[in-house]
Amino acid sequence: MTRLLTIAAALLVATALIAAQSSPKRYGIGTPATPDQIAALDIDVRPDGMGLPPGSGSAREGAPIYAQKCAPCHGANGEGGAGDALVGAAPRDGAPFGPEYERWRNGRPDVPFTIGNYWPYATTIFDYVRRAMPASAPGTLTADETYALTAWLLAKNEIISESEAMNAETLPRVRMPARARFVPDNRKGGSEVR
Amino acid sequence: MLTTTLGAAAFTLATRSAAAQETPLADTTKKWGRLPNALGARSPVETPKRTLNLPTSSRTPLQDLHGTITPADLHYERHHSGLAVVDPRTYRLLLHGMVDRPLTFTLDDIKRFPATTRVCFLECAGNFFGTREETTPQDVCGLTSQTEWTGVMLSTIFNEAGAQPRATWFLAEGQDAAVMTRSVPIKEVLRDAMLVYAQNGEALRPEQGYPVRLLLPGIEGNASVKWLRRLELSDQPFMTREETSKYTDPLADGTARQFSLVMDARSIITSPAYPQTIEKGFVEIRGIAWSGRGLIRRVDVSTDGGKTWKTAALQQPVLPKAHTRFRYAWQWDGRPAEIVSRAVDETGYGQPDMTALRQARGRRTRYHLNPVTGWTIAGDGRVRFGVERVRV
Repeated sequence: MTRLLTIAAALLVATALIAAQSSPKRYGIGTPATPDQIAALDIDVRPDGMGLPPGSGSAREGAPIYAQKCAPCHGANGEGGAGDALVGAAPRDGAPFGPEYERWRNGRPDVPFTIGNYWPYATTIFDYVRRAMPASAPGTLTADETYALTAWLLAKNEIISESEAMNAETLPRVRMPARARFVPDNRKGGSEVR
Repeated sequence: MLTTTLGAAAFTLATRSAAAQETPLADTTKKWGRLPNALGARSPVETPKRTLNLPTSSRTPLQDLHGTITPADLHYERHHSGLAVVDPRTYRLLLHGMVDRPLTFTLDDIKRFPATTRVCFLECAGNFFGTREETTPQDVCGLTSQTEWTGVMLSTIFNEAGAQPRATWFLAEGQDAAVMTRSVPIKEVLRDAMLVYAQNGEALRPEQGYPVRLLLPGIEGNASVKWLRRLELSDQPFMTREETSKYTDPLADGTARQFSLVMDARSIITSPAYPQTIEKGFVEIRGIAWSGRGLIRRVDVSTDGGKTWKTAALQQPVLPKAHTRFRYAWQWDGRPAEIVSRAVDETGYGQPDMTALRQARGRRTRYHLNPVTGWTIAGDGRVRFGVERVRV
């Protein structure tokens, strides 16, 4: 009996040890990241403006930068080319899809999806241009240049004026025409096709 | 002397591989073949290739594959700014944001964590093409591949850094020239999500994100960010370009569906398919089916364009969120036929036809299309793509 108890106790201890070994809360692997290391990589910008750097730029300041660095792929007025169409406010206060669009289009050729008629957040322009554009030299634009190009794209899409400066305060406040159209995923599997 | 002769024979074999398809190979019983070597190669007669859609993608030759695993060198590619060649010796992954302890990990660090292996498919969200009869399975939906991946569970890494309960999203960022970023909802993916460093038993290929990529089983491929350099936890999505202006679904009712991440069930017959010609008699109809929601429960096959359906055999084991091989034994009587497959997954979702998809989503949606497809067979045995004729 005593022997059985001893065996049982030993088994319990062994089980506990194995459990502790197989799933520790932490493994002690990795090195603490310093604020400098984080700052060097943390370039993302959220819709609430988190991540926007100091700096400023208007559409007027953006025009020559656009002409030099963006127009070769996206067209002189953002109409598209090798790169996506960026500019196109039509249908005014509408989107390039859905029932209102089909009535508005009335059989005419489709308009492209653009920043003006489809992008839901203005901050996305800054984030994307800074990280990935221009395609020939990504990641080379200064904060001021990126604000100026963002302003140029917003003005060309008739969302802000030519003189309005974009910066960390003004950009998150820009309301994009398509914003309210975006809805979360409503597919759930099952028999319904959505 | 012997070695030299065998070496020369091997050299001869290699140099004439280009012409091998036309020239019969020599009698293998009259001369020693080459000796074991350091790196294997395919038979010179077997030449499966990815097809290219430059500058963005290459497609897996589904019609050339058997079983369910995609050889690493035939895995589809979808790059947004080309391929990143990352030095594993200087590689670092940064984990920060809403965590108690921001951490960096080397590749060796990541490999030290408990490892796990999983077979699952990846599929690009824009994986349907089919407007011509002269279209192969590779052209129709070659932006899907299947791999045995090895790595560490993302939950283990999150736990190591002390992910805060208020964190509901994370940003994954790559170190390619697009510095690709996607926001991912934590609750929806954490049970399956992994950081992987191996593909079919060896290190990832550079085009699959070497040295480390995110792997989100069942989720649109773009979110499994390659060449992963940073993970940032947040209480809201970042609304990057790829989850707003791209990979969203403009719908018939005027709304745009966002974060439609799970890939719905789908199937395709990979044989017989264009450009094959079949003969009267026994034909095994073969294909693959998969669902981002879990297991494939059933694949139905029709040989009369969807009028009547039979159940195909599924190769076991059927794995969740994985390409599943189906087969159906058919006797072709030589009359014109239309062969079609339709997948049903464990949620009861049945693969729709293109008409149903257009009705539900409208005319201008272009991502996440998974229509039933089929092949027409003419009286002379020639197989062509069925385009959008199929109705279910």
